[in-house]
Order: sequence, then structure tokens, then C-alpha cells
Amino acid sequence: MLQQAPPIPTGSQAYDWLWLIPALPLAAAALCGILHFLTLRSRGAWKKKATAHGHGEHGHAGHGHDDHGDAGHAAHGADHGADHGHAKVAAGIGGLGPWVAALSMYAAFALSLKGFAILRDLPEAARVIRSTSWSWIDTGTFGIDIAMHLDPLSSVMTLVVTGIGALIFTYAAGYMKGDPGYAKFFGYLALFAFSMLMLVLSSSLIGLFVGWEGVGLCSYLLIGFWYEKGWPAEAGQKAFVMNRIGDASFLLGTFLLAQLFGSLDMAAIVAGVPGSISAHSTELFLAGLFLFGGACGKSAQIPLFTWLPDAMAGRTPVSALIHAATMVTAGVYLVVRLNPLFAASPTLLAIIGIVAAVTAFVAGTTALVQRDIKKVLAYSTVSQLGYMFLGLASGAWAAAIFHLVTHAFFKALLFLGAGSVIHGMHEEQDMHKMGGLKRHMPATFLTFIAGAAALSGLPLLSGFFSKDEILAHTFAQGTPLYYALWAVGIVTAALTAFYTWRMVALTFFGKERFDAAKVHPHESPAVMTLPLMVLAVLSVFGGALGLPVVFNAPHLLAEWLEPVTASGTRILHEAHGEHELSHATEWVLLGLGSLIAIVFAVRGFRAYVGGTARDLDREAKSPRLAAFLGDAWTIDTKYTTFIVGPVKLLAFVIAVVVDAFAIDGLVNGVAAMTRGIGGRVRKMADGSIATYGLWMGAVTALMAFLFLWKH
Amino acid sequence: MPTNVLTLTVLVFLPLVGALLIAATPSKAVGLQRGIALVATLAVAWVGMLLCLDFDGSTAAVQFGQTAPWFTLPGGVDVHYRLGMDGISVLLVGLTSILGPIVVLSTWGHIHERVKEFMIWLLVMQTGMLGVFLSLDLILFYVFWETSLIPLYFILGIWGGERRLYATIKFFLYTVAGSLVMLIAAIWLIWTAGTADVMKLIDVAGAMPVDTQLWLFAAFALAFAIKVPVMPFHTWLPDAHTEAPTSGSVILAGVLLKMGTYGLLRFGIAMFPGAALQAAPWMMALGVIGIVYGAFLAMAQTDVKRLIACSSVSHLGYVVLGLFALTEAGLRGSLLQMVNHGLSTGLLFLLIGMIYERRHTRALDQYGGIASVMPFFALFLVFAVLSSVGLPGLNGFVGEYLILLGTWQASPWLAAIAVTGVIFGAVYLLMATRKMLFGPVVHSENRSLSDLNGREIGLMLPIVALCVWIGVQPNAFLDRTDGSLRDVVSRIERARSARTASVEIVPVHRLEIEAR
Repeated sequence: MLQQAPPIPTGSQAYDWLWLIPALPLAAAALCGILHFLTLRSRGAWKKKATAHGHGEHGHAGHGHDDHGDAGHAAHGADHGADHGHAKVAAGIGGLGPWVAALSMYAAFALSLKGFAILRDLPEAARVIRSTSWSWIDTGTFGIDIAMHLDPLSSVMTLVVTGIGALIFTYAAGYMKGDPGYAKFFGYLALFAFSMLMLVLSSSLIGLFVGWEGVGLCSYLLIGFWYEKGWPAEAGQKAFVMNRIGDASFLLGTFLLAQLFGSLDMAAIVAGVPGSISAHSTELFLAGLFLFGGACGKSAQIPLFTWLPDAMAGRTPVSALIHAATMVTAGVYLVVRLNPLFAASPTLLAIIGIVAAVTAFVAGTTALVQRDIKKVLAYSTVSQLGYMFLGLASGAWAAAIFHLVTHAFFKALLFLGAGSVIHGMHEEQDMHKMGGLKRHMPATFLTFIAGAAALSGLPLLSGFFSKDEILAHTFAQGTPLYYALWAVGIVTAALTAFYTWRMVALTFFGKERFDAAKVHPHESPAVMTLPLMVLAVLSVFGGALGLPVVFNAPHLLAEWLEPVTASGTRILHEAHGEHELSHATEWVLLGLGSLIAIVFAVRGFRAYVGGTARDLDREAKSPRLAAFLGDAWTIDTKYTTFIVGPVKLLAFVIAVVVDAFAIDGLVNGVAAMTRGIGGRVRKMADGSIATYGLWMGAVTALMAFLFLWKH
Repeated sequence: MPTNVLTLTVLVFLPLVGALLIAATPSKAVGLQRGIALVATLAVAWVGMLLCLDFDGSTAAVQFGQTAPWFTLPGGVDVHYRLGMDGISVLLVGLTSILGPIVVLSTWGHIHERVKEFMIWLLVMQTGMLGVFLSLDLILFYVFWETSLIPLYFILGIWGGERRLYATIKFFLYTVAGSLVMLIAAIWLIWTAGTADVMKLIDVAGAMPVDTQLWLFAAFALAFAIKVPVMPFHTWLPDAHTEAPTSGSVILAGVLLKMGTYGLLRFGIAMFPGAALQAAPWMMALGVIGIVYGAFLAMAQTDVKRLIACSSVSHLGYVVLGLFALTEAGLRGSLLQMVNHGLSTGLLFLLIGMIYERRHTRALDQYGGIASVMPFFALFLVFAVLSSVGLPGLNGFVGEYLILLGTWQASPWLAAIAVTGVIFGAVYLLMATRKMLFGPVVHSENRSLSDLNGREIGLMLPIVALCVWIGVQPNAFLDRTDGSLRDVVSRIERARSARTASVEIVPVHRLEIEAR
């Protein structure tokens, strides 16, 4: 174990290339934007010509689909396009968009690998490299400077963001083909990647906030991408506003930290926390709480989780996926990045633990009854984020990042797989209208099974190891509260296994419940299935990054993150002593985890492999419970009733009663009293220069009078 | 270019020269009038920019100063024609100069009647505004203050919308009330101090007893608070904005309101630091109330122009809050936010004007789906909204962050309430954006709207560039305010220590009495 936190690194010009990692996607975003507007211009010209020749856009739709190289699909191109509410059109110059964006991502990934290699060759205590700073805001008392800061934690994050990002971009090139906003979409994706990389690489808390708000913006834009529909735009607005609630809290945290440490450089904060615990425990608690409030917004924890399911039910699975795999994990990253701050307050950790466990459980139960395949995955994401925060609450920083990484693998896989299913089913998302798809889309099916197995925590897959490690750490805390949190975690694991295999059974097994005359399910093109295969391999074998102690193998990820997590871990150990589980206990927990995963996976699968009868039965027997669960415990409805409604009412009261009636009434009353003056003003305002001169003269006379009166 | 040629006098009176030239043209020669106005404002922008770039922000000293004796008041006080630039005025002078040609270009689209008169008023107003920011003689300041307001009465009253008379009279009554109170206080101050030189007055007034300062502060602050406007003196603003032609709204939001916040800083805080210190909690409270109140007001609006006007009440609440936090960060943020608000809200009004010229309605429910018909318009509108809600990387964030940080240093509770404005701002602006741009095209009239033309895009580009520049490299702007703001802060600190000293003296004094 390291004896002390690494010193605050100084920037070096030798590492200025780190700036390229976020800069490349930013440049790509700008280029895609230009391409988009060029496309619009050429399309505008084309449209005029086409109308002149009597051809509508639909006449073109079928051609756009020939590129798929799939005859069956192409034949249905026209009605597929109509389903979108768009005519599919040739991409034109906008077709370069995905090339530009994907290329920037692969380049950023290569640079991330280079950074990783440099760090690996450095001695453990010195594994930090930093570019020179950019002096951003001089506040008058301290400067907010931003450097690119690569250490073990940010290197893991950049690898995940750029690696999975590159796969997503590749997949999206196939999925979005033929959309009128092809280049624009990739512009948003690249802008998202830029923001996310800024978030994980910035040395300053405010630099992190740039990325933090940036991903929020891109999420807003991506959710509302098919804005003509109306409701995606509303979901986007909701996401932005709920994120902003968290962001406001985040800002308060930065003010308090600036006051405490005189700097917002995160390395300085991390270095400063251990020395100020005794004198400033309340301030540290509050600062941590404010930042956690921000994390609740971004990482969709109760009470700010309701935006995520809406956001993911938007029409592009790709956007849903970047949320699941990267953006929403920003809160987890933030806590690990500032782990000593959170370790300093046991109360804060307990609050995080309770919020996390409740979120995991509520979202898990909600996922049980969803029919929309993407909603199952969305609530599952919320629930899994709860696990990550549960790990943080137990001081298991590395385990939380481990679950973040494996979750990125398998959730990305599941979202892309769901996208492939939806694509093949002509935009159908209701699992009750699917069934038996394994015959039609074998590649999607097999990879989806791998993702589902990992998510449900079946033994030896990636999700099994990471989830188990979090639960073991929670158990090891050994207090009644943490035993309770652990119990909730175990129950949620059972729920996870159940809803995951329900989803598999409903989608791929049983009878075909769609109208075979209208819908012809088909496998997606290779550009979409190849990323699925890569992710499937990662989901299955990703657990090797962090094998449990009892396996007598090194926990690669924990060792790698040690320089970052040591400070927080040491604070916890000094305050509460070390919590090590005996090997026997650990074996029991592993066995219990395996047993629960297998039992509930089987139950979930068997209950639904025959069809939707069980759902319909439940709905008929206890409709109120089904509705309650289906609506995520009606929390969102309650918000509408008790927060949105009163806010709207208050706005109305302020505008009509206070402003128009009371304040303006008073003003108009005064005006009426001085009607004589008003009449003259009216004349003046009619534009007569003479009256104006008269008025100016009157003012001068008044001035003169005042002078004379005084002397 | 040597600054001894491009003096402040040239800057201030260039627009007036343009106005005189336009007055000499035949009234039918609309093209010529527009041309002269554009050339004059471009020249102003050029000179203004050069002077701002030449300005050295490391010192509080007045730069490019020009003085000439003017007349002597009865009582023997000499009034001077005295211009000069310092860190408090430099950014606002830059803003006023740059907005000139943009506003003139925007009138191509909506001013078709009495163009000659309009251009004259516009240019006279610019002279007035530049004069307000640059004059360092209190009498001269007052003259320019009135000069900049009168043209707006006419612009509002002649070229305004349906309820223009109501809006004009309301605007007139409010401002006259404020101006008169300020005039009386100014004259009293000048006589008492025996000088009208602002820089001398700042020294003299700062040494006055706090009770005297408070009366004078109250009189000045009232005039400026109406101008800002600070809630509850704000109700003239939504009416004025709604009825004003686009160019009038842009100037009003962009520069005229800043005369109020500028005045609060120079003639409120810098001149009467003792009084400002006492009034600070109240003024901060008014600022926070303005932020929240304006946001709720904006949420309830169905008229998009009125909504933006109400958002100004909220945004300027931030400026007032930051000013009276009396901290370095707060003052820097407020000064920058004055410019930011001018840019982002100016951009919003320009855009609303452009769509109004096409569709002739301001009702939000008459729009919807505009993004698919006018993609360039949508791009610029979303940009303006993001700048306005303070997205990091654009200008608004820097100002807002500094203001909130400065407020936190003075009062964490008020900062915690003010930070909700970050949420509410997103609520009403994104709501308006969604209703205008997104969803299906419901009204068939909207289907045939033409997208922005080259002139419209071109005139907005400088604003867009500035928004990005300030957002990415704010220090280039903040540095220019540094010297003067440090001077203001040191005056406040002196007043603060004087206050604590006097509090300490009391018990000693009492002890002596008791001893006797």
C-alpha cells in the first residue's frame, strides 16, 4: 500500500498531446456540423428539382436502403421509412459524417492506449502525467486553470469512453443510415465524446464541470434528435432540467471546496482533505453532499432518476447506449476521483448507501414489469448504477469502477442488441409483440445471451465478479445498516436475474407474436453485428480484470487504481479499522451469489418462455400493483402533482396576481393621478421636436431654480 | 493607430456626426441614410475596439482622459467637459461600440417607415450611451444620461407595436421619476463637495459620514435600480420590450439597462462605499428576489418577446447580486455578466425579431416545428439559449459562476437560493425553445417560412464569436477590469474597517463617561 497520496503533479509540455484526446472528437463534431449544413443546402436544391419533376421524397426512399446489402430489408424500405416519420434519403456529403467521427474516436483510443502504456512504465507512486495548464478564469483571488490529467483512474475512463465509443460509432454508422440528419447525429455523438473526455481528463473540478454540463447538453440534443415527434423533445428538456438540479448542487459544492482549499484543482483537494478532517468535518460533509447531489442528477439516483427512463425510451438506441455506458457513470467517477473527501464523512457514505440501495431496488422492481425492451434496459441501468454507488458507500472504490467497466461492456452490448432487434422488427419495441426471434437474427441472439448472462451475474461472467465484489465489501462493513444494504443488494440481484431472462425469453423464444405478413424480422448488417461480437467477448471475459481474493489471482484493476484510491482507503482504515472477510465467508458469499443468479435466471426464463401469459395474469389479478410498478412506484407522477403543478401555479400567480395586478396596478394608479402630466407626455411622445425642446427647457429651468434656491 | 488621434471625443461624437449627415439627406433617400448609419457605426465599432485593446487593465488610473473647461455653476463650481476610460467602463464601451452596426443592419428588416428619423435617433442614442459610460464629470454624465433616454421614447412611441403609447408613458414616468431624484442628489453633492469631477467626488463622498452617504446612495440607487430594473421597479421593462421594434429591444437589453448596473457600481458602490456596505444585504436580497421572481414571471409568459424581457429581470438580478456581494469575484462576474447579457439577450431579441418579420406573431403557440423549416434559425436560437442559460464554454457561465462564487463568499445562504436560477433559467428557456423549434409543424403558415438570409446570419456572427471568445478566454476581458475593481474593493475594505473601528470606539467612549 502507498504511504501517501501522490504529490500535486506539475504540467509538462511533453504531455501536451493529451489535449488531443478531447480535441479530436471536438474537431470531428465541428466538421460534422459543417457537413450537415452542406447537405441541407444541396438537399434543398435537390428538393426543388425533384418537385419540378414530380417526384416526392418517398420515391427516393427505397434507394437509400439498397446500401444495406439486404434484399429483404430493401424491399420494405419504403414503409420502414414511413415508420420513422421520415423519408429516408441519400446522405450525400453528410455520408462522410460517420467516417470523420469514427476516425476521431479510433485516433483518440490510440492516444489513450499510448497514455496507458506511458503510465504503466512509470513507478507506481509516480503514475501521473499532466499537460500544461490553460488559464481559464481568474476569479481575482485564485485562478481556475485546466490541465489534462492522466492517472490510472482517468486512463481507465478514457479507454472505456474511446474504446466503447469507437464501437458505438461504428454500429451507429449502420443503424442511422438513411436518416436525414446523418451527419448532424454524428456531430452530436462526437461532441458527446469530447465532453465525456473533458470530464474524465480535466485536472480541475470546473473543467470536469465543463464536460459534465457538456454531456448533459449532448444528451438533450440526442434525446430530442427526432424532435418532429414532439415527445422526444420533451424528454430531452426533462433530462436537461433534472440534470441542472444536480448541477446547481454541484456548483455549491465547488464554492465550498474553493473556500476550504483555495483551489479547485482536484489533486490539490485530494491532497488537502486528510489534513483538514479534524478541523472542518462539517464543511467536508456538506461539500461531499453537494457534489453527491450533482452525481444523483447525472447518474440518475433517487430522487433525480426519473429523466433516464424517459430519455432512453427515445427512438435512437445509440443515444440510449452512450447514456448507459458512459455518461451516467460520471457521478461514480466523480466520487472515486475525490474519494478522500467522501471517505472523510461516514454519515455521507451512509446516505450514499441508502440512496443507492433504494434506487437499485426500486428500479429493479420496475424493470420486472416493463414491456418496452429499452425501458427494461433503462431501469436496469438505474438499478446497476445503484450497485456502483453501493460500492462507493462501502469504500470499495475500485470495485465500483470495476462494475462501471463491466457494466459498460454488457449494457452496451444489450442496448446495441436491443437496437438490432428493434431495427429488425421495424421499430417495434414492445416485447409482447416479439417472440421467437432467435431463428431470424442468430448473431444478435447469441451476443444478447452473452450480455444477459453477464448482467444477471451468472457465475464466472464479468458482471458476476464485479457485482459480487461490491456486495462482499458491503457485507464486510459489519454494521447493521450495511447488513441491511447488503440484503437489499442480494434481493436486487435476484430481481436482476429474473427480469433479464424474462426479457430474453419474451424477445427471442416462444411463439412469434408479430404479424408475419407485415413484419419480416431480419439480421442487421455486419457493421452492426461486428461491434456486438467484440462486446460479447468483453462481457464474457471482462471479469478477468478483477478476480476475487479467494481465486489467488491478482485483482488487476484494483492494483492499477491503487495510487488513486489509497488516500480514501487510508482515511477509512484510520477511522474504522480494516474490514477483511475470511476466505470461508467469501466463498459462502460467492456461492450465495451464484445460486441466486442461477435460480432466478431460470425462474425468469421459464415463466416467460411460453409467452406473455404470466404478465397478463398478473395484470388481471392485481392491476394496481402492476400499474404501481410499471410507473416506477409512481414517483414521476408524484413529481408532476406535487412539484411541477405548484411551480406552474406559482408562476401564474406571480405573473397575474402579483405582477400585473398588485405592482402594475400601483404603477398605473400613480400614473392616473398624474394624468395631467400624462397628457403632456402623450403629446411629446408623438414626435414633435418643439414639445421635446420645451420639455428639455423645463428640466433646465428646474436645474436653474435649484441652483438659485441653494445660493 | 495612435490613440491621440482616435480620442474618446471622436468615439463619442462620431455617431452624432453621422446623425447630422443623415439629417442633411432627402427623406426619400433611404439607402443613403442606411449607408451613412452603417458607416458611422462601423467607424465607432472600429475606434471603440482599438481603444479597448489599447486599454491597460492593470491600473485603476483613468486612461485616454480629455478635459476642457465648460461653464461655472452659480456658487463657483467649475463644470468640465471631462471624458476618460477606466476598468469599470472599458467593457461596456466595447459592447456599445460593437452592437452599433449590428443594430443598424437589423433595421433593414423591420424599419421601413420614417427611416431617416429612426437612424438619427439611433445614432443620437449611441452618442448618449457612450457619453454615459465615458463622462467623468457628474453634470456631463447627467446630460448624456438624458440624451440616451430621450431617443428611446421616440423609437418606442413612433415605431413601436400596438400598445406603444402605454409602454412609452410607463417608461417615461418611471425614468423621469428616477432621474429627477438623482439630479437633486447630484446637485447637492456637487455643491457640498465643491467639484463635479467624478474621480474627486469619489474620494470626497467616500469620506462623508455614513448617514449622509446613505441618503445620497438611496437617491442615486433609485434611479439606477429603475433603469436596471431591480424588482419591484421592473414592470416598465416587459411592456417596453414587447412594444419596441427589434432594434429598440436590442439596444434596450444590450446597453441601456447596463447604464443602471454601471451606475450602481460607479455612483453607488465606488462613490459611497460606506453606504453600499450598509445597503448590501438589502440590495443582495433584491437581486436574489429578482432572479427567482423574474424566472417565475418568464415561465408564465405565452408571448416569446415578453418571456425574454422577463428573463432579463432574472439575469440582471444576478448582476445586482454580484455587485453588492462586494467581493472581487462578484464584481468581476457582474461586470462581465453585463456584457454577456447584452450579447446573449441581444442575440435572442434579434432572432425573435427575424422570425416576427416572417410570421408576424410573438405567440409561442403559433410556432412549433420551426427547426425543420428553418435549420439555420434553429441553430442560432439554440446557441443563444445555451449562452443565456450559462453553458460552460460560452460566455454566460463565466459571469454566472463568478457572481455565485462571489456571493457565496459574502453569504452562502443567498448563493444557495440564487443558484436555483440556474435551474429555472433552463426551465423557461428550453420550454420556449421546444415550443418554437421542435415537435411537428402544426400551423400551415409555418411550412413556407424562409430560412435566415446572408445579412441576418452575418450580423449575428460577431455576437456569436464574442460569446465563444468570452466563454473560452474570459481573462482577456476580466484582466481589463482588474485595476479598477481592486481599487473599488480597497475602498470597500477601508469603509469596512472604519465601521468596525467606530463600533469599537463606542465602548471606550462610554467608559470615559462612566468614569466621570
